[in-house]
Amino acid sequence: MDIIRAIEQQQIREDLPQFQVGDNVKVHYRIIEGNRERTQVFEGRVIRRHGAMNRETFTVRKISFGTGVERTYPVNSPKIEKIEVVNRGKVRRSKLYFLRDKVGKAARLKEQGY
Amino acid sequence: MGTTILGRKLGMTQVWTEDGNLLPVTVVQAGPCVVTQVKTTDTDGYNAIQIGFGEIAEKKVTKPMAGHFAKAGVDALKHLTEVRMDETPEFKAGDVIDVSALAEAQHVTVSGVSKGKGFAGVMKRHNFQGGPGGHGSHFHRAPGSVGQASTPSRVFKGKKLPGHMGTDKVTVRNLDVVSIDAEQNLLIVKGAVPGGKGALLTIKMA
Repeated sequence: MDIIRAIEQQQIREDLPQFQVGDNVKVHYRIIEGNRERTQVFEGRVIRRHGAMNRETFTVRKISFGTGVERTYPVNSPKIEKIEVVNRGKVRRSKLYFLRDKVGKAARLKEQGY
Repeated sequence: MGTTILGRKLGMTQVWTEDGNLLPVTVVQAGPCVVTQVKTTDTDGYNAIQIGFGEIAEKKVTKPMAGHFAKAGVDALKHLTEVRMDETPEFKAGDVIDVSALAEAQHVTVSGVSKGKGFAGVMKRHNFQGGPGGHGSHFHRAPGSVGQASTPSRVFKGKKLPGHMGTDKVTVRNLDVVSIDAEQNLLIVKGAVPGGKGALLTIKMA
């Protein structure tokens, strides 16, 4: 069991910044179309971090042309070029599903003070 | 000539590939195996080596087996198996075969004993379709008709019926080798192998 944990531990990426649920992030994700490769930037609020070790995922939600869009990324995917933390939201729960029912001004979060 | 070693299943996990895909893998503790006996056409009528794997407590070794290991000049081992060879083996008793013997392998064939499922019905054991769940059908998981009437007035041999399932020897061929760690004697293959965690496996170069 420890050996398997060690194998999983090796694959955890340490070059990415720390980010939490509630943060506004820009995810730079490499997309391969045929033999062409480009980077797509997806900016939004992290509403969930799920799982652990090398299979952890996070979900980013944004409002695109009036429609809510959510994308789930594996945290340790080599396809993630970088993650930028734009700002940190003040939250009191681990899953921000309540944001799905909020629109406009109500969907904002207070910024976390340090 | 394929190389064969014994190993132990440690469990499954996932591994990222460089191009960003997630592979399901099984981690196997492969070897080190020790040659405990060499058989040649002159002495035994055929060519083979006997290899052993796994630690065993001294008090659990029977006297005849202790004598067998003493003859080879090796420590007692838990599991023994014989590997047939086409030509006279180049090995001698006491040689160690570890996972680096598989270093060139792209694919391996893994055999083991599958998990026991107990007495299983036809849906689980033979993938029968079963009946409709509802609407008063009264036919859910039963095997249905097992044959004809007065001709032949018997059930044919080999008819798929409920019975004991699992604990069979299962061989999975041509599993992709993902990586080999010679230092820790680890072999990582893509996909599943038979048995639960800790199951004894025979790994052959495919």
